[in-house]
Formats: sequence, structure tokens, C-alpha cells
Amino acid sequence: MQEYHLQKSVVAKILAEHEGMPGNLLPILHGIQDSLGYIPQEAVADIAEALNQSIAEIHGVISFYHYFRQTPPGKNTIRICRAESCQAMNSQALQEHAKKQLDIDWHQTSSDGEFSLEPVYCLGNCACSPAITINNEVYGRVTPERFDELIASQRGAAE
Amino acid sequence: MTRIFISRDSTALSLGANQVAEALQQAADSKGLDVELVRNGSRGLFWLEPMIEVETAQGRVAYGPVQSQDVVELVEAGMLEGKEHALFLGDIEALPYFKDQSRLTFARVGITDPVSLDDYLAHEGYRGLKNALNMSAQDIVQQVTDSGLRGRGGAAFPTGIKWNTVLNAPAEQKYIVCNADEGDSGTFSDRMVMEGDPFVLIEGMTIAGLAVGATQGYIYLRVEYPHANVALNEAIANAYANGYLGDDILGSGKAFHLEVRLGAGAYICGEETSLLESLEGKRGLVRFKPPLPAIIGLFGKPTVVNNVVSLASVPIILDKGGDYYRDYGIGRSRGTLPLQLAGNIKYPGLFEAAFGLTLREILYDYGGGSASGRPIRAVQVGGPLGAYVPESQFDTPLDYEAFSAISAVVGHGGIVVHDDTVDMAAMARYAMEFCVEESCGKCTPCRIGSIRGVEVIDRIVKGIQKEQNTVLLEDLCDTMVNGSLCAMGGMTPYPVLSALKHFPEDFGLDKAVDAA
Ligand SMILES: Cc1cc2nc3c(=O)[nH]c(=O)nc-3n(C[C@H](O)[C@H](O)[C@H](O)COP(=O)(O)O)c2cc1C
Ligand code: SF4
Ligand code: FES
Repeated sequence: MQEYHLQKSVVAKILAEHEGMPGNLLPILHGIQDSLGYIPQEAVADIAEALNQSIAEIHGVISFYHYFRQTPPGKNTIRICRAESCQAMNSQALQEHAKKQLDIDWHQTSSDGEFSLEPVYCLGNCACSPAITINNEVYGRVTPERFDELIASQRGAAE
Repeated sequence: MTRIFISRDSTALSLGANQVAEALQQAADSKGLDVELVRNGSRGLFWLEPMIEVETAQGRVAYGPVQSQDVVELVEAGMLEGKEHALFLGDIEALPYFKDQSRLTFARVGITDPVSLDDYLAHEGYRGLKNALNMSAQDIVQQVTDSGLRGRGGAAFPTGIKWNTVLNAPAEQKYIVCNADEGDSGTFSDRMVMEGDPFVLIEGMTIAGLAVGATQGYIYLRVEYPHANVALNEAIANAYANGYLGDDILGSGKAFHLEVRLGAGAYICGEETSLLESLEGKRGLVRFKPPLPAIIGLFGKPTVVNNVVSLASVPIILDKGGDYYRDYGIGRSRGTLPLQLAGNIKYPGLFEAAFGLTLREILYDYGGGSASGRPIRAVQVGGPLGAYVPESQFDTPLDYEAFSAISAVVGHGGIVVHDDTVDMAAMARYAMEFCVEESCGKCTPCRIGSIRGVEVIDRIVKGIQKEQNTVLLEDLCDTMVNGSLCAMGGMTPYPVLSALKHFPEDFGLDKAVDAA
């Protein structure tokens, strides 16, 4: 995990950019997560101070939203759709396969630090279910075999 | 120079459209061919994506589904002159799936370059706004009222009435909020508008601003839609640069500003009051109503909250008149609905049709039956809070009232198909589980009831005191329907009870229990 003093200036910059913007908390949280990959615990105090809210309030907002995370993710984040249309096209089997291949459960990161696995409820790609995303790329009609290929090529790309 | 179209729609991208585009660009460069590659939206025929359309002397002709390795061969076969090939589809608009549609809201999606203002203007864009600029606020609202447009986001509330409330609410600041949270499984029409024709949404929101006296708009977009975010922001920047947004729209002296805000993966933030809380930077807890958002909405000001498709349907109403739109449809369901076919279906996609087609026509004439080739057993219409409809009800016409008569909902127009391998007790359990996961937690029937619901279904399936637990489940659902603050807890019983009613055998019950 990075030391917060290295991240603090990034947080400060994002806070400054959003100063005075109505309803700026979500944009701030997105900005921090986009830059750092997660929202460090220490950043919560800085946000609270800048917005003149309590730490508990900020923490309450972060924990309400599934998308925000408070621990660093793996190099790649895989999201697998669990919603109905994907279920109708066998996403259950895909989910189990993925967990087995990566040897992790939801919200965990593989031991080599390569992949984090998150559930997602619909990606709007229901016409080509089952759907997943790896980082910001969306993939449709993903079979377990296709999943393995995608993982392999992602590992290759990271090397 | 030949114009070639390859979609930038998420679903096309998920099947390799970018790779196809790259291969085509390479083939063109290496052969020195003069082509202009346009990244359009999708026509909505997803089993044919990635698709390439070529502008030829005989009009646009399509090839698909194309993989990147097919491109060189296609070019050699004379694709740029529209020649025959195994992947040749001809004129997409002549295919039955396409030609029987009434594309009003989706008129340009898949045809134009989504972020080109010139292309938008060349295809009848901004005619609605130009009319609206010469009309009084009351007259704009009247056109929308006359059109019979009802909210396409789920609750089907008349849009004109909502706008009228905001128009008549005195305030120095009002807002237009576009609900682009589209969290329902099986729905992607909002996404396709935003990726395929973002200007139509921008125009609709600008007209809404003129209609009610709002100068600021927000699009609350779910974070799961990164491509829509890019397209919207490109189009918004172009609209600002050309005077279609800003302090002085087309020299009228009227102002409208627009901004995209991202959600953060909470289904409940599609509920309008929860959405407003989220936009204000808070947890997405549902607000008590009244007061309505139309009176006290975003930052305490009068606010129009409308779905993407509702707002995107406004430009054609202001262009061609409320009557023109109202002449489509049946009963009190006027105009058109972009239907979205997903799940286990042979021809998944989006097509826009006037209200009134039956589910059977949609599933078989358009959808071609299941993808697996097995019988279709249950379809869920209207997202995760929508009822499961069995075969015996497939002749129900798509119409808000007809669906409500069979305790189902049209909702957002998403249709998710399951074949006969589906386990309906598992689907009912999932519906409860989804509510556990996504409840905002404000009220007990939803927050606790859904947890109990999962447990009770598990007991029924395990055969533990089946009859008593079935009664208990029905009772619990009753409490959720009547005691929940919003439709999350209030409608989760729809999928659950419909599964129990129509498919009792999946719960280990015989049909006799269902009559009880
Ligand atoms: C749990 C829940 C989720 C909802 N999600 C959405 C959504 O994703 N998009 C949407 O437009 N409306 C959604 N709605 C409906 C909105 O509350 C509201 O009715 C709608 O945005 C109004 O716009 P319309 O009149 O144009 O449909 C949801 C409602 C509930 C109860
Ligand atoms: S029904 Fe559920 S989601 Fe709706 S207000 Fe109550 S707890 Fe929140
Ligand atoms: S249900 Fe999986 S992408 Fe929509």
C-alpha cells in the first residue's frame, strides 16, 4: 500500500478542482478513485474537512455505493454481470468458473495481485449475455473458454 | 471517397467492433483506398454486429457479423462497391426486423455520426428546439401533453402533467434532471440513445428547460456506461461550441447549461428521489413523497426528473406536433416504445414500435424464439421488479393497462427471455436477494423483509413445512407491497409472486397450492 503522504497532493488537487461545485462529493470520490484506484482511509478526513462534513458522513457515502472501494484493487478489475439476462445465458457457470480460475471470491484480489473480481448488476450489454468488463472494456457472449483467453491475454499485456 | 460505418455502441464493441475498424483502416491504408470511417451508433440488430455499412451508389449496404480476420477478404470481394459476399446483408432498412418498426425516438440511431452536430442537423436534428424557441412555455408543455407521452423510465406518469407542475412552481432556479441510471436487467435503450444519438437527448433536455423555465440540467449517468459518458461529453462540448447550449441559445437570450454526473453502482439511485440525494452528494436514501420533486427537488428547487427515452422523445414531438406522436399506439399507451430483447433469444436487440404488439409477436416474429432452440418458458418484462409472464399470457398486447391487468408491468420495455431450463424458484430467490443487495435501507419491510424472503424461499425449496411457508411468503410479500416506501420493496414481490403463481412446480409445490 502506498504511503498517504504521496497521495495527499493528488487528493488536495482534486478537492481544489471541485471547490464550490454543487453536490461535489461524488465527483470528488470518482476523481480520487480514478487517480489512486481506491479511496484511502486518510483521504476521508481531508474530504470531510474540505466539505465541512463529519468523517462519519463521508464514510457513510463511500460505503453506500458499491462502486467505491477503500482498499487498492488488483492490476485489473474484472466485473461479471449477475443480473437476469446474463443468468438466462449461463452466467452462473461463468461466475463459478471465474472464481475457480482466479482462486478468489467476490471483492477479492488474486494472490499475484493481477485480478480483482467484482459482481455487477447489468452492464447494458444484455443483448449479448453473459457480459463482463475488464477494466473499462466490455466483452459479450463470454463462455468459460473465452474468459480464460481474455485472462491470459491480460496477463500477457501486463508483463 | 467511400463512407464506411462501424458502430461504437458498447454491445458492438463487446463483440470486437474496434478490432474490425482497425483492420479496415489498415486494409484501406495498405491498398491506398480513399475511405472515411464513421463510428456510428448501432441499428440494434445485435446478432449481426459487428456490422460494416458501406455507402454505395445504390445506397447503404451492410455486411455482418464481421470479425477482423474477415475484413481483407471483404475488401477484395468488392465490399467498397457493395458487391456480394457470404456476409452481405444488403440494405439493413429492408430487413423485416427493421422495416416494420416505427423509428421516432431512434430515427437517427445507427445512421449518423453520434457526435457530429452537422450530421445531426442534416438529419432533421434541432428542428424541435427551433420551434420551441418561438413558442410560449405553456404551448411547449401543451404539445407534450397532447402527445400522450408517459414516462418511459418505469412508472409511466404523463410527462406533460409533470412539466406543468414544474412550470407553475414559482422559483428563481429550476432544474432538469435526466435519469440515466438504467439499472434494469435487459434494458439498454437509454444507453443506445446516449451512445448513438446524444444530441437528441441534449435537445430534449433543452426543450424541457424552455418549457418549465429551468436553466440548468444534469444527466445522472450510471458509472457502468463509460462509452455513453464519452459520447455525451463530446456532444455537449459541440453543442456549447455552436451556441446550442449556454447563456444565449441560438441568439434567443434563453440559457440552458448541461452537465453529466456519474453514479456509483447503486440500483436504488434510479429511483428519482434517491437519485436527487445522490446528485446532492449524499447517500442515495429514498425521500418521502410528498413533496414531489416537481415542487421541491434538486437542492430544494422545482425539478423535472425524466428518463432518457422520455426526454429523447420530446424533439420529434416539438418538430412534428403532439398529434403526430399520439397517432401511434393503442388505448392510453400512446406513441412508441423502444423494445429491448435480451436473455435467451435468437435475435436479441432493440426495435422501436408503436404500443400494441403482443408479447408473442415480439418474442417469435421479431425475436425468432429462444437462442437455445428450446421452448420459451418465462419472460420477465420491465426489469428486476417486473413480473414473470408465462406462455399462457403471451397474447397480452404491450400496453401499460393490459399489463397491469395481468399484474405485470411494461416498465422500461426490457424483455428478458428464459427457456425451459430455467429454475423459477431460483429466479424468485434471486429477486429477493437483489432487494437485499440494493435496498436503500430506509424502511423495514424492504430491508428486513427481503432477507426473510430469501430464507422462506429456501425453506420451501427444501421442503420444510412447504404449505405454511408458502402462506408466510405470500404474507411477507403483502407486507412489502403495502408497507414499503418505494417500488424497490413495493415491487420485488412481483417477480416472486408471479413465479410462485405460474410455476409452483419449481418450488416443489403442486398446482393445487397455487389456488389457495
Ligand atoms: C428502485 C427503482 C429504480 C428505478 N430506476 C430507474 C432508472 O434506472 N431509470 C429511470 O428512468 N427510472 C427509474 N425509476 C423510475 C424513477 O423513479 C422515475 O419514475 C423516473 O425517472 C421518472 O421519469 P419518467 O417519468 O420519464 O419515466 C426507478 C424507480 C425505482 C423505484
Ligand atoms: S422500499 Fe426499500 S429501497 Fe425503497 S425506501 Fe424502503 S428501504 Fe429504501
Ligand atoms: S443483465 Fe447482464 S448485461 Fe444486462
